[in-house]
Amino acid sequence: MHIASYGRLLGILVALVALTGVTVAASYVDLGAFNVWVALAIASTKASLVLIFFMHIGVEGRLVVLSFLGTIFFLSIMIGFTFWDVAFRG
Amino acid sequence: MEKVPSFFDTPSPPRYSGVLSWLITTDHKRIGLMYLWVILFWFVVAMFLGGVMRLELMFRGETLMGPSSYNALFTLHGVIMIFLFIIPGIPAIFGNFFLPIQIGTDDVFFPRLNLFSWYLYVAGGGLALATLFIGGPPDTGWTFYVPFSVGTHSNVSTAVFAAFVLGMASMMTGINFVTTIHRMRHEKMGWFQMPLFTWSLYATSWVQILATPVVSITLLLIIAERFLGVGLFDPAKGGDPILYQHLFWMYSHPAVYIMILPGMGVISEILPVFARKPIFGYKAIVFSSLAIAIAGSLVWAHHMYTSGMSDTAVFVFSLLTFIVAIPSAIKVFSWVATLYKGSVLMTPPLFFALCFIYLFSVGGLTGLVLGAAGTDIHVHDTHFVVAHFHFTMFGGTGFAFFAALHHWWPKMFGRMYHFKRAYWAAVFITFGFLLHYVPMFVIGLQGMPRRYYDYVAEFETGNFVAGFGAAFMLVGLVLMLGNLMVSLRQGAVAASDPWGGTTLEWTIPSPPPLHNFIKEPEVLDYPYDFTQVLKTRRDDVEVS
Repeated sequence: MHIASYGRLLGILVALVALTGVTVAASYVDLGAFNVWVALAIASTKASLVLIFFMHIGVEGRLVVLSFLGTIFFLSIMIGFTFWDVAFRG
Repeated sequence: MEKVPSFFDTPSPPRYSGVLSWLITTDHKRIGLMYLWVILFWFVVAMFLGGVMRLELMFRGETLMGPSSYNALFTLHGVIMIFLFIIPGIPAIFGNFFLPIQIGTDDVFFPRLNLFSWYLYVAGGGLALATLFIGGPPDTGWTFYVPFSVGTHSNVSTAVFAAFVLGMASMMTGINFVTTIHRMRHEKMGWFQMPLFTWSLYATSWVQILATPVVSITLLLIIAERFLGVGLFDPAKGGDPILYQHLFWMYSHPAVYIMILPGMGVISEILPVFARKPIFGYKAIVFSSLAIAIAGSLVWAHHMYTSGMSDTAVFVFSLLTFIVAIPSAIKVFSWVATLYKGSVLMTPPLFFALCFIYLFSVGGLTGLVLGAAGTDIHVHDTHFVVAHFHFTMFGGTGFAFFAALHHWWPKMFGRMYHFKRAYWAAVFITFGFLLHYVPMFVIGLQGMPRRYYDYVAEFETGNFVAGFGAAFMLVGLVLMLGNLMVSLRQGAVAASDPWGGTTLEWTIPSPPPLHNFIKEPEVLDYPYDFTQVLKTRRDDVEVS
């Protein structure tokens, strides 16, 4: 059973490739410590797209969607918070 | 209540009998009991290891063992107590047994995965035990800090792999519980009709799912460092030893909440039952569980104030640490308020629960001394820290575990235990606990470092007194476990609801039948409604 059209899946694939390009491009811009947060934000968005569309979490109830997106958000927070240390070492 | 065969008499799958019917069972109750016996075995082993350490510390100089044996002993004591007792204790035993019953269903969502988790847990324990005999027991402490864990010649790799396997077991249990609560809750049970023990398991399971993979990968990285020398944590090769500490505590601090949240759930079940009163602040307790799970996952670096990380990180993590105190305090206030003007019925589970509140509060408040960077620097790595985490982990989770044992024992085995012996055991354990750990606060403040087998003369009195505390505790623990074991043969037959509880496990026979419910469970609008109990049995304990 196709619960998502091929057109939509193709659109998501294009978005993922485009976001990969954005990640590479952003790495050439010197934002200081914020480079990490930008990369994490893009990566989190990509992971969310994969979960919602490719892994069909999007057709579940709102609570399940929120739970899984929460895990991605949390992972990015965990990685991001280590930069309170790494980015500020003397 | 209608007499039906219990799960002891009806194996699942049905064609097997004897030991095999247990070893291949998919019944959540049998798996819960299998966890109970193995976890109790490890608890007793680690308890005696702790006793031997304390005996060594009672007198100055080398009495029972030298430094390397002592190092191995405290490592094993820590690894076993943390990974094999406290983390799985309440969720794996009581969660497995009671979560499906409390939400009105017949099993967990993945019964085979549940059994597989048990096997992983046993395998992990076996590996931890194997380190004693293969290549010398590990001497790093349960934290496996680099660079020592990479350079030491003791058998760190096996111990680390054991922790990895145990982490897998924990994660699978977490996945099973979250899925079960989402998918198998009784159709009439909304989120805010769930008992608080189940809520605490829900919050805990999310932490298990999210945080455990981090430490699992980190532990494998230690093995990679040891065998391949990849240099991730070795500064000489461009690595960062502090990165290891970040990765380790990213799991291991949330793990503290994996340990304590189910314990808090147990207390939230016990207090309303014996106060004959609805729990104060049901929703506040639910949200504080979730808040603890979330905020507790963001404070890991408060273990690292003296590690050399940036001052900004010290400031941020100190601030975050103080935020966790808020939901913890909400719970304590709610418990005390539940007792206020209640119709209190004193029983052994309530006695343990009251001891929990006191000991956990002391543990929490001394945690603030360590959460504040200024004071932490003075007491870091001293016996003050040892006393603090034993107050939270043993005085907290340990006492909640004992409370849960006494609360649900009649339901699990259909037998009542001897009350007087249980009270005496609780008094011995609590008195011994205080005599053991309070002197540690004092000698810790005086500067006695942790993890040393010997000390200077000024710490002599504190260590000597603490030894007697340990002896009292051991006597109490042996009495408590003995009393429970004896009850299996000699105890009076328990009624289906000996205490006057209102959650669903008290509506079914003791011990429960294979599929838990013999008729459709009646879900209350509010899980702690004692109107009926107060009318019929205000202050009695019912035996069959």
